[in-house]
Amino acid sequence: MSDELKYLSDRVARGLMNRRAFMGRATALGVGATMAGSLLSSAAFAAGPQKGGILKAGMVGGESTNSLDPATFASQVPFALGRCWGDTLVETSPTGDIVNRLAEEVSASPDARVWTFKIRSGVTFHNGKTLDAADVVATLRRHSGEDTKSGALGIMRGIETISQDGDNVVVALKNPNADLPYLMSDYHLIIQPNGGNDAPDAGIGTGPYKVVVNDPGVRHVGERFADYWDAPNRGHADQFEIIVINDATARTAALQGGQVHMVNRVEPKIVDLVKRVPGVSIKNVGGRGHYVFIMHCNTAPFDNNDLRLALKYAMDREQMVDKILRGYGTVGNDMPINGAYPLFDESIPQRSFDPDKAKFHFKKSGHDGSVLLRTSDVSFPGAVDAAQLYQESCQKAGITLEIKREPGDGYWSEVWNKQPFCTSYWGGRSTQDQMYSTAYLSSADWNDTRFFNEKFDKMLLEARAELDLAKRKALYSEMGTIVRDEGGLIMPMFNDFIDAVSDKVAGYNVDPGAELMNGYALSKAWLA
Amino acid sequence: MSPAIVKLIAQRLALGVLLLLAVSVLIFVGTQLLPGDVAQAILGQSATPEALANLRAELGLNEPAYLRYFDWLGGILTGDLGTALSNGQDISESLGKRLSNTLFLAMWAAIVSVPLAILLGLVAVQHRNGFIDKLISATTLTSISLPEFFIGYLLVYFVAVELQWFPSVSTVYDGMPFNERMSAIALPCATLTLVVLAHMMRMTRAAILNVMQSAYIETAELKGLSPFRVIFHHAFPNAIAPIVNVVMLNLAFLVVGVVVVEVIFVYPGMGQYLVDHVSKRDIPVVQACGMIFAAVYISLNIVADIVAIVANPRLRHPK
Repeated sequence: MSDELKYLSDRVARGLMNRRAFMGRATALGVGATMAGSLLSSAAFAAGPQKGGILKAGMVGGESTNSLDPATFASQVPFALGRCWGDTLVETSPTGDIVNRLAEEVSASPDARVWTFKIRSGVTFHNGKTLDAADVVATLRRHSGEDTKSGALGIMRGIETISQDGDNVVVALKNPNADLPYLMSDYHLIIQPNGGNDAPDAGIGTGPYKVVVNDPGVRHVGERFADYWDAPNRGHADQFEIIVINDATARTAALQGGQVHMVNRVEPKIVDLVKRVPGVSIKNVGGRGHYVFIMHCNTAPFDNNDLRLALKYAMDREQMVDKILRGYGTVGNDMPINGAYPLFDESIPQRSFDPDKAKFHFKKSGHDGSVLLRTSDVSFPGAVDAAQLYQESCQKAGITLEIKREPGDGYWSEVWNKQPFCTSYWGGRSTQDQMYSTAYLSSADWNDTRFFNEKFDKMLLEARAELDLAKRKALYSEMGTIVRDEGGLIMPMFNDFIDAVSDKVAGYNVDPGAELMNGYALSKAWLA
Repeated sequence: MSPAIVKLIAQRLALGVLLLLAVSVLIFVGTQLLPGDVAQAILGQSATPEALANLRAELGLNEPAYLRYFDWLGGILTGDLGTALSNGQDISESLGKRLSNTLFLAMWAAIVSVPLAILLGLVAVQHRNGFIDKLISATTLTSISLPEFFIGYLLVYFVAVELQWFPSVSTVYDGMPFNERMSAIALPCATLTLVVLAHMMRMTRAAILNVMQSAYIETAELKGLSPFRVIFHHAFPNAIAPIVNVVMLNLAFLVVGVVVVEVIFVYPGMGQYLVDHVSKRDIPVVQACGMIFAAVYISLNIVADIVAIVANPRLRHPK
C-alpha cells in the first residue's frame, strides 16, 4: 500500500476524513472502488478500539430482586453486569480456548490433580486494594464452603483444598480433572477483595468498569475504572448502561428508537423483521444451550428403554428447528453435546424422525394408552408449541401424547426434576465433563433424567483424569452414544444466541459461550 | 365541621384499618399457598439441596408461618418494613423509590385525564346527541375498549419508533433532569389517560344529563343563562358525587393497576417490583406492596364517600 493511501485510510479511521472523501481520493490515486472499500475496513479494524461514549444495552433477565453478590447470580443481567465490574482467573475465548486473566499462568501436576494459578501482579481493585493470592483463595473458599449458597457450588465440590503459596494459589482436587481451568472461568467466580467476605454485594472487583448506579431490575450504570490492568483491550466506553427491558417488543423498540445499542434474546419469530430495520444487525451464534424433553429413566412407563426409544424416534428434529427456532439453531442428537464442545465426535450417527421404528419400539415396549408430557413456556420459549408439534409427530407413529400445561410460576420447583416427563432447557457448560457431571452422573444433583449407568459413571471419571486427548475423545464419544441410545433425554435442538446490535457499535464478535459476546460486549466492543 | 361528620370519618378510618389487617392476613396466607419458597425461587434451576438448606436457614424460613407473620406485624406497627429476603435490600428504601415513581406517573396521568374527562363530559352534554357528543363518546369508548398493551404498542410504534418524538423506554432515575423525566413519562402517561378517560367522561355526561331533567335547570334556562353556565353552575354541583366516585376509582387504578403499562414502557414503578417479588416468594416485600396498594384503594374510597356526603346536604343529616 502506498504511503499516501495508508495516510488517508488512517485519517478515516480516526474520524478526520469521511468515507466519501476517502473513496474519491483513493480512486484519484488509481485504486479500484472495491479495493478502496476493503482498505477502509481493514484500516478501521487496525485503528483499534475507540475510547469514549456511553455504551448502552437493553436486556431481558433482570429483576428487582437481583443482588451484586456473584454467588447469587442466576439471570442474564447480573451475569453481564458481573463481566463489567469483575474478572475471573481465566476465561474461555470465542474458539473455546482458555485465556489467562487474573491468573498469569496456569499449570497442573502430571496427574491433573493439583493445579497452580500464578496470580497477576499490578492489578488493583476499585477500592484501591492490590490484588493478591489471599483474595483469590478467600473468593474460591467463599464459593465452596460448607455454608455457601453460591450457584457455583456444584462445580466447586470436587475441590479438596485451596491454599496460598506466595503469589500462587494451589487448588488440590479430590480426583484428577483435566478441565479445572474451564471450571474456574465460571461467571460466579469473580475475584473480590478478601473474597467478598466483608461485603459480598459491594460490587467491588478488578473489572474495566466501576459500578456507579445499581438499581436492580431497572438500570445499572458503570464508569471506566482508571487503573484497569488491561485497559488497551477492555472498557472502551466512558460509561456503560444496562437498562432492564424484559418485554421483547419494548426491547426491540428501544433498539429501533436508538435508546440502546444492543439487545439480547431477540425472539426467533421476529428476527426477520428486525433484520429489515435500518442501522441494526442481527448477531447470532450457535452455542451449547439446548431445549430438551426429559424422561425419568427410573419411573414407569419411562423405565422401559423401548418406550424411550419410541419417543426418541417420534421426534421430528428438523421440524422443531424450522418451526420453533425459525432456523436459528441446529438439530440435536439425543445427547447434550454438539460441535461447540471441544473433543466432540462428529461421526456419531444423527437420529432422525422415523415413525416406523417408533411404532416398532412402542409395540415392543408393551405400553398401553397415552403418555403424559408436562410443559410450560418458561421451560423454553415456544415450549408449548413445540409440545404440540411433537404431539402431531407422535400421532404419526401411533403414539398418543397427552399434553399438560403447567403454570410457569413454580415450574422449576414443582415440575422440572420432579415429574417423570416434561420440557426444559439447559444453558450448556464449557466442557463435556462439566455437562455430564452436572446432569448425567448418577450422583448429580440435577440428574433430571434419573440416568443411572455404572459404566457411564466410570468412563466419566476415567475421561476426567485422562490427559491424552485422543483417548479422551474416544471415551466421550462412547459416553455420548450411551446417553443417546439408553438415556432419558430427547434432544431436538440446540438454540442459537440471537443478539441485535446497532451499527454504531464496532468490535462486536459473537462468542458461542453465551449471548452478548459471552457477556463481554460492554467491555470488549466500542462505539465507532 | 359538624360532629356527625367527624364521627363518620372516624368510623370510616377505623374500618379502613381493620380492612388493612384483614388484607395483610389474606396476602400472607396467599403467598404461603404458592408452590415453592423464596430459597427455591432465588436459586432457581441451579438449586442444590445443600445450597437450599443453607439459604433457608439463613433466611429464617424454618420458623413456623404464624410466628413469621407476627414478627412482620410487629415490625410494620413500629414503622419497620424489614429487609427483602431475596437480595437483602432495605424494603422501605427500595419500595419508597418505586412508590414515588408510581405516584409521579399517576399524578401526571391524573392531572391530564381528570380535567380532560370532565371537560369532555361537559362538552358532550352541551352538544348532547349531536355530532360532537357522538365523536367524543366514540373515540373515548374505542380507547377504553382496546387493551392497554395495544394502545401502548401503537404509541410506541408511531410516536417513539417512527416519529421519534418521545423515548419508548421510560426508565426514570434519581437526579434525572425534570424535562427529561417528563419526556420519558409522556407515552405511559398518554396510554393511561386514554385508558381511564372514557369511564370518567361517560359518568360525567350521564350524571349531568340526569340532573338536567330537573325542574330547576329548566328554570335556569328560562332565566336566559348561557347553556354552559347552566351546566357548570347549576347541574355540575349536583352531579359531583357520582363523578367523584368514578374519579377516585380511576385514580386508584392509576396507582394499583398499571403493571402492564409499566412492563411495556419499562417504567420502574411498584407493579413490576411486586411481580418480581411474587415470583421470588419474597413475602415481606409482597406484604409491604399489598399493604400500600390496599391503603391507597381504601383511602381513595373513603375520600369519595366523604366528598359525596359533604356535597349532598341530605346525607349530612341522617334521620
